Amino acid sequence: MGSESTEDIEIQLLLEALYQRYHYDFRNYARASIKRRLKQARQQLGFRSFSALQDSLLHDADMLPRLLDYLTVQVSEMFRDPSYYRAIREKVAPILHTYPSLKVWIAGCSSGEELYSMVILFREEGLERRTLFYATDINPQALEAAASGVYALDRIKTFTENHQKSGGKSSLSDYYTAAYGRAVFDKSLRSRVVFSDHSLVTDSVFGEMQLISCRNVMIYFDKAIQDRAIGLFRDSLVRNGFLGLGSKESIRFSSEADSFTDFVREEKIYQRRGT
Amino acid sequence: MTGTPIEAIVIGASAGAVQALSHLLPMLPADYALPVLVVVHVPADRTNALVPLFQAKSRLVVKEAEDKEPIQPGTVYFAPSDYHLLVEADRTVSLSSDLPVLHARPAIDVLFESAADAYGPALAGVVLTGANEDGAEGLRAIEAAGGLALVQAAAEAYAPAMPAAALARCVGARAMPLAAIGECLLKLGGRGTG
Repeated sequence: MGSESTEDIEIQLLLEALYQRYHYDFRNYARASIKRRLKQARQQLGFRSFSALQDSLLHDADMLPRLLDYLTVQVSEMFRDPSYYRAIREKVAPILHTYPSLKVWIAGCSSGEELYSMVILFREEGLERRTLFYATDINPQALEAAASGVYALDRIKTFTENHQKSGGKSSLSDYYTAAYGRAVFDKSLRSRVVFSDHSLVTDSVFGEMQLISCRNVMIYFDKAIQDRAIGLFRDSLVRNGFLGLGSKESIRFSSEADSFTDFVREEKIYQRRGT
Repeated sequence: MTGTPIEAIVIGASAGAVQALSHLLPMLPADYALPVLVVVHVPADRTNALVPLFQAKSRLVVKEAEDKEPIQPGTVYFAPSDYHLLVEADRTVSLSSDLPVLHARPAIDVLFESAADAYGPALAGVVLTGANEDGAEGLRAIEAAGGLALVQAAAEAYAPAMPAAALARCVGARAMPLAAIGECLLKLGGRGTG
């Protein structure tokens, strides 16, 4: 007890190699989940040990995207937790209407489900045309997937139910065309979206937002980098701007907690303090 | 019994869980010395109704596990619906929305495997009634780390598939009726042993 297993040491070294060689920093991610993901990667990529995987990662740049896919895999649903989107629609949108122009940041957008949900909601609420959306992620492949807006058709049923429960004013089928088992979302939904590579762990502020939505991303961080990310959000929000988190995330224990007030407490929607 | 004192209990249950846990959890006294972490397969609704239910039935503190919270003795932690529950090496709880494992989120395997990492031989795992195979790999991990592996006797389980799968995967696991599992948990963390 107390002493780390060989496997834990190997994982530590692998994460260090990933950072030093490629500047992807997973060293302060919640370790239990990272370990699960790395085990899966090691097995499926066919390595005998984490050390062998590290050797390949250091000497073969092609291994990086393959490993990143395991480390950042994050499949969400459109309008996941419909009550969150309902709160954005009913409580946040009326205030956003008072701004002549809006910037919205979907941080950790992964393959884009949350982004498209927000753009569709903004279109339904008559806010889309005054809004610029920033969709960021650390995984270039995820950003590509988000920018393509293509999802397996068998996921659409859930998306549609969620959309209706969120108070959707249109039919989700208005926004995609179905072909060959896939739903291709309309490119007009992306006309006001900027996709960009950005890390909450190592990058800084890039704009002043009225709304930031970052759901089930910080749950993977340890406390230190959670604090960093929340500080980054504070500095990226206008006064009285909104921050929406995942349903099991909270800024309550963060050193930045005083910078925000609860706006819709049960949906984890916070508002940056005015002063 | 194993040589290492047990420091935590993990329990997994699926179909028939409420009935089984209603038998098991009320057996534990208010001054129970160990934490109990529980994964029950529930639909991905917003709230986990098990917490208020077992707050009323159990003498221990019963709560939904919150991300990053330190694990306390005498407390029953339920995984929130639609999130995996994991134990970190520093004995805090973490949640994840990683993909379902064997169609389940929360998954018993995810809790058991992470807890086996964190507690090593100081962990007892219990697989109760259920109609799938979740928990079998996790219990095997607990056993491999030197922990104690318990399984509800299939004859008594509302749905025997899950305990049967766990038993098949873990050679050292002991199958017993709920009453005996309760007695065993009592001995592991009863008064004065903490």
